[in-house]
Amino acid sequence: MEKYYQPEIECASREQIRAWQSERLKKQVQNVWDNVPMYRERMKESGVEPGDIQSVDDLHKLPFITKDDLRDNYPFGLMARPKSECVRIQSTSGTTGRRVVAFYTQHDLDLWEECCARALVAAGATKEDVCQVSYGYGLFTGGPGLNGGSHKVGCLTLPMSSGNTDRQIQFMTDLGTTIICCTPSYAAYLAESIIERGVRDQVHLKAGIFGAEAWTEEMRHDIEEKLGLKAYDIYGLTEISGPGVSFECSEQTGMHVNEDHFIPEVINPITGEVLPDGEKGELVFTSITKEAFPLMRYRTRDICILSREKCSCGRTHVKMTKPLGRSDDMLIVKGVNVFPSQIETVLMNKGYPANYQIIVDRVNNSDTIEVQVEMTAEMFSDSLSAVSSKEKELVDALKAMLGIYAKVKLVNPKAIQRSEGKAVRVIDKRNLYQQ
Amino acid sequence: MTVKQISVFLENKPGRLAEFTDVLSEHNIDMRALSLAEAADFGIVRIIVNDVYNASTVLKDAGYIFSITKVLAVEIPDEPGSLSRTVRILGDNGVNLEYMYAFTTRKKGLAYMILRVEDNQKAIEVLTASGIRPICQDELAEL
Ligand SMILES: [Zn+2]
Repeated sequence: MEKYYQPEIECASREQIRAWQSERLKKQVQNVWDNVPMYRERMKESGVEPGDIQSVDDLHKLPFITKDDLRDNYPFGLMARPKSECVRIQSTSGTTGRRVVAFYTQHDLDLWEECCARALVAAGATKEDVCQVSYGYGLFTGGPGLNGGSHKVGCLTLPMSSGNTDRQIQFMTDLGTTIICCTPSYAAYLAESIIERGVRDQVHLKAGIFGAEAWTEEMRHDIEEKLGLKAYDIYGLTEISGPGVSFECSEQTGMHVNEDHFIPEVINPITGEVLPDGEKGELVFTSITKEAFPLMRYRTRDICILSREKCSCGRTHVKMTKPLGRSDDMLIVKGVNVFPSQIETVLMNKGYPANYQIIVDRVNNSDTIEVQVEMTAEMFSDSLSAVSSKEKELVDALKAMLGIYAKVKLVNPKAIQRSEGKAVRVIDKRNLYQQ
Repeated sequence: MTVKQISVFLENKPGRLAEFTDVLSEHNIDMRALSLAEAADFGIVRIIVNDVYNASTVLKDAGYIFSITKVLAVEIPDEPGSLSRTVRILGDNGVNLEYMYAFTTRKKGLAYMILRVEDNQKAIEVLTASGIRPICQDELAEL
């Protein structure tokens, strides 16, 4: 039996969800207009006033904001509440430049933890469970988010934080952990370590919530098999609140977005046009219930697809695919969106090294795409037909993935240009912006 | 009764074959035979050399992708019809011939062919039974 943390919200009718969204969006637009100078300026520049936003259908009239806007307004520029009303700061693990900091009122923390609680219950959590949170704690949102969600569900919560694998396994076996929350790579590492120590039979995990980084279906199956649990994906951004913006249900075919708090849109990253469900584009979020740090049409740079098809779990909130790439990397070839990550996936599935180069050109007014792949000893043989048929297999697999023909060119190892030790992935010879 | 053939991956770029043969000659590797097979955008060059170990070390250092395959080298009379007779013997006995090429020696009156077949053992049997003798690696060096 599927369980819900807030069934009246998670399984609400589409009309009800729309009504909540419209009402909350209107309030939020007024809030940022009144309290955040940047939003007021941007809206004025776009010729939009709060009165123009009457329902969720008017959302597209609002201007976008980007991560650069967050950096430019660091630290307090985008706050919509005075500091005295805020109770928490979290921050991104940004590697370069200024960090992004997000502020939370008590209300904001509650709604975030509620979202995480929904994810935990969708993974089967109840008050009988022991939930080990092995995400990092601190400025990173992973630990605090799932910790809060676990409390809300009533699980016995183990705030382990990341690292110290021996202690993780010790507690897991001694205290009977049934639910583990961590990054998928750490889950894979834990699985290996548990098997190595020969304590697999003392582990009683039933579910894992694994997010904060990209992982594949193969990895999911591997972790599920080794740890004997069901592995659930979770998505979130510190800017928007943290993990729990969307989460997987028992169907494991995408993550339900908590639409009563966050309105997702998918846009064409070049034109900004809103795309219909089922089309691939950049994910944009508007946080309609957050008080301290509301983001309006925030461009995540994650590429994904939204789907409103009925889900077997009974939840009615829209589902998003896991991020399929980054919008910064997207190429448009013959009118089709192509991501280097898709090509990389095909190469890896077919056993080629992930060392490749994509060359896009325009010949006789028609786009061409060539994928240069480094030959390996394993792929090579003395038979021309054997090598040719492997090459053809790769062409077919690329066509299936991209939807267009891409020429494959096999090249010598190390033939692919490198710049400062890193391979140059894409060479676009079309000069599209100089015509 | 087989000899070792080195097959090397070549990108389809002008000058690649010359570059390859230069590498070999710089290291004093003497080729007994060379054949080039080309697809639309890459090629495979197959060579027979006396010192396979030395040649493969040189190719490895030069960054080439290659494989080593056991093939048959047969001595056939340098006269009309003897090549087709050899091919027919293989065909009649159900031995699949993938490719073949000739190589020359200092011996007069005899021609040598490299045969790449699916089943070396069976090919050796049927050829020997018909009086055609595949030579081995050591003999190759003496030719
Ligand atoms: Zn579902």
